[in-house]
Amino acid sequence: MRLKFIAAGALAAACAFPAWADKGPAVTDVLAHYGELVHASYADSAAAARRLQAAVDAFVAAPGEAGLDEARKAWLAAREWYGQTEAFRFYGGPIDGKDGPEGRINGWPMDEAYVDSVQGHADAGIVNKRKIRLDARTLSGLNEKGGEENIATGWHAIEFLLWGQDLSADGPGKRVYTDFVDGSAPNADRRRQYLKVVTDLLVSDLAALEKAWAPQAKNYRAGFVKQPASLAKVISALGILSRAELAGERMEVALDSQSQEDEHSCFSDNTHRDIVANATGIRNVWRGEFLRADGSRLAGPSLRDLVAARDKAVADKVDAQMDVSVQAAQAVPAPFDQAILAGNPGRLKVEATVVALKAQTESLVEAARVLGIKRLNTALPE
Amino acid sequence: MGSRLLQVAALAGAAFCLTGAAPLPGYEPGEELAGGDTTVNDFGRNAFSYPAANLSVERQTAFFIGNSFFKKNWVEAPASTTGRDGLGPHFITRSCAGCHAMDGRAAPPAVKAGASTEQPVGLLLRLSIPAAPGQDTGKDGVIPEPAYGGQLNNAAIAGIKPEAEVVIEYTEQPGRFADGTRYRLRRPAYRLRNLAYGPLHPGTLMSPRIAPQVIGLGLLEAIPEAGLLAIAERQAAAGQGVSGRPNRVWDASRQDWVIGRFGWKANVGSVAHQTGGAFNGDMGITSSMFPHEECTAAQTDCRERQQREAAWRSGRGEPTVDLDDRAFERTVFYTTTLAVPARRDPRDAQVLQGKGLFHAAGCAACHVPRHVTGDVPGLPELSRQTIYPYTDLLLHDMGEGLADHRPDFAADGREWRTPPLWGLGLVKTVNGHTFFLHDGRARNLMEAVLWHGGEAEAAKQAVLDMPKAGRAALIRFLESL
Repeated sequence: MRLKFIAAGALAAACAFPAWADKGPAVTDVLAHYGELVHASYADSAAAARRLQAAVDAFVAAPGEAGLDEARKAWLAAREWYGQTEAFRFYGGPIDGKDGPEGRINGWPMDEAYVDSVQGHADAGIVNKRKIRLDARTLSGLNEKGGEENIATGWHAIEFLLWGQDLSADGPGKRVYTDFVDGSAPNADRRRQYLKVVTDLLVSDLAALEKAWAPQAKNYRAGFVKQPASLAKVISALGILSRAELAGERMEVALDSQSQEDEHSCFSDNTHRDIVANATGIRNVWRGEFLRADGSRLAGPSLRDLVAARDKAVADKVDAQMDVSVQAAQAVPAPFDQAILAGNPGRLKVEATVVALKAQTESLVEAARVLGIKRLNTALPE
Repeated sequence: MGSRLLQVAALAGAAFCLTGAAPLPGYEPGEELAGGDTTVNDFGRNAFSYPAANLSVERQTAFFIGNSFFKKNWVEAPASTTGRDGLGPHFITRSCAGCHAMDGRAAPPAVKAGASTEQPVGLLLRLSIPAAPGQDTGKDGVIPEPAYGGQLNNAAIAGIKPEAEVVIEYTEQPGRFADGTRYRLRRPAYRLRNLAYGPLHPGTLMSPRIAPQVIGLGLLEAIPEAGLLAIAERQAAAGQGVSGRPNRVWDASRQDWVIGRFGWKANVGSVAHQTGGAFNGDMGITSSMFPHEECTAAQTDCRERQQREAAWRSGRGEPTVDLDDRAFERTVFYTTTLAVPARRDPRDAQVLQGKGLFHAAGCAACHVPRHVTGDVPGLPELSRQTIYPYTDLLLHDMGEGLADHRPDFAADGREWRTPPLWGLGLVKTVNGHTFFLHDGRARNLMEAVLWHGGEAEAAKQAVLDMPKAGRAALIRFLESL
């Protein structure tokens, strides 16, 4: 079905869509499919987080080497799905709008000493302060209190609890499971409790995002997909994730400082996968395609179709650049904190990914102009 | 519209000529672009966190790197992360973002039964003692308190004593608008306890300063000095009792005396000096601009710790300062190019009514809406921009109610710099609170207006005389900024 363009008055001044030749999908169809894709992405991410929760529950009930290993594997698996959903950030939607859970879910980098013991400070952190209650409400309140790096919750807090500090050049953190065993480590009971509370909180936050994008409901999605002006937000989010967040914040800063802790998933040495997941998430939205956890492929009217109907050359260019970025990201060797060092052959691969993402961003700005969006914002660091 | 509003308009008619612009209660084309071409359109939690909109994709790299240094928590030296160690010995916070969360404004500590319940973060206390007659306050602009220095650090690294704890006690004072509506203001009093290095000098002067949003600073720095001086002359010539004057301050980046633009008393002349000064004073991070941390003679633990750290560094062949020049320059680039968000609803009838009242009450005499920036070498993005910061950057006597009684360079104990108003309406979204003024005493925008006195007394009286609808429109206008 095809919906005609809404009267120009209903559009934000920044994006008045010219009524172009009657080919390609309608804007509202593209937005409707976008809603579908966002929902599927959060649903798969929430399901993966529930698998992590099951592994954490089992580990906390009876801490052991195998259980810790299972929890780590589940964390790594879940990150693959969450990373793709970051293409839905940066327009004040459910994830990072007013009271959005983004900071609680994915805040980084974190000051380890805020959460638990670190080398030289055995009694550091919330875990070792027995008077602090360990429940979701308290920990949410402590998140980002007194500084954006005072991260108490979310993926990276869980990661720190599972892996511990990454103090070695050649591998991830080496936390021992006995940190969670009463009598082997001080406050092991609280460490177990902390891990459980933040994992449960992550699961409930992701479930809420899935709900905000559920079909046929009175939710954020219902309003969002009806507004043609949302299209600018969808594209702008891709540009911001491409340029400011992924190329800038997550890669150029690390290349510049060559500092080991300047990386997203530093405890698990999983940063190289974060980069691939983000780049894939951008391409998903552009193409309206998403490869689901069950192996099925979601596809429908996309931004690409919309741009191609007006200017096929621009659409083809963006499309090719998206593949280049994802492939460049896949070529970045692990661990990222070694790849960024001068003289390491991996550094060129990181640089190539940055170059690819920047080029893709410039073309996205061009694609936006094709759609009548004059000034696309692509520069928001976290 | 009541007849009172007409009175207000008549009463403050003279204020129009002060702003140098015709009274424009109507919409002015482009006035929503508060930062000119640098303006960004995001009104969510990230509204204060964007680079100038006209910064090219390539030039954004330095911004992103600077951003990481703005957010980064510094840790004690020695640490495995050599690029991020050197915190303290004394400090207030571990990162720029510790006070300017989301590049925004800090709130004073929570209050229970009229007193603060925790140590302030993002509200610092400047300390000094009165200069003796004829004593030159030099490049500090003040005589620091002998045992505690120029500002209080209420945190310290392990093994070092924090200087003191701050207690803030509030007393409520009631008041009334002309229409009988009651309001209450709260007046803070500051007390120090657990003083680690002996009693304070009996003549100690204290001035609380809250961390404001850090948007548009490069644009403010780019307003030509001549323009600010011309405003001061215009105000004096108008004879309306409003007469701002520039502060003259020592600037470490230019190594010269300049007009003060930043800080609540305009005691800083450049973004670079402000950034270096905050690294040094608030975090204990040294740089080539500010190579020494403040440990007074009385603070032996602090001094010994510094010596140990210096010996350890030279033994490892590490640089003597915590923050290298490259990282420092990028942080300055970041704080210089943070963008101003556009105004919301500039054509809304109520907003325009509020704008008219703002001008009619004389607010625009000091909160000068429009400026044009000059040429900034190396920063074409900020050059020749028409901007709407709503400030004259000048010092004004704000009356006894707000006075801190603490001179700072040329500013006396009753003078404050007119703060820019841009971004005001987004503080609630970005930082989750509406505390305003230099110490966060105002719990909302109206309270902030009602604290105005001294040169702003007539403007405040005009607001007191406004009917309820007029007051609501005025606030709506301020929230649109």
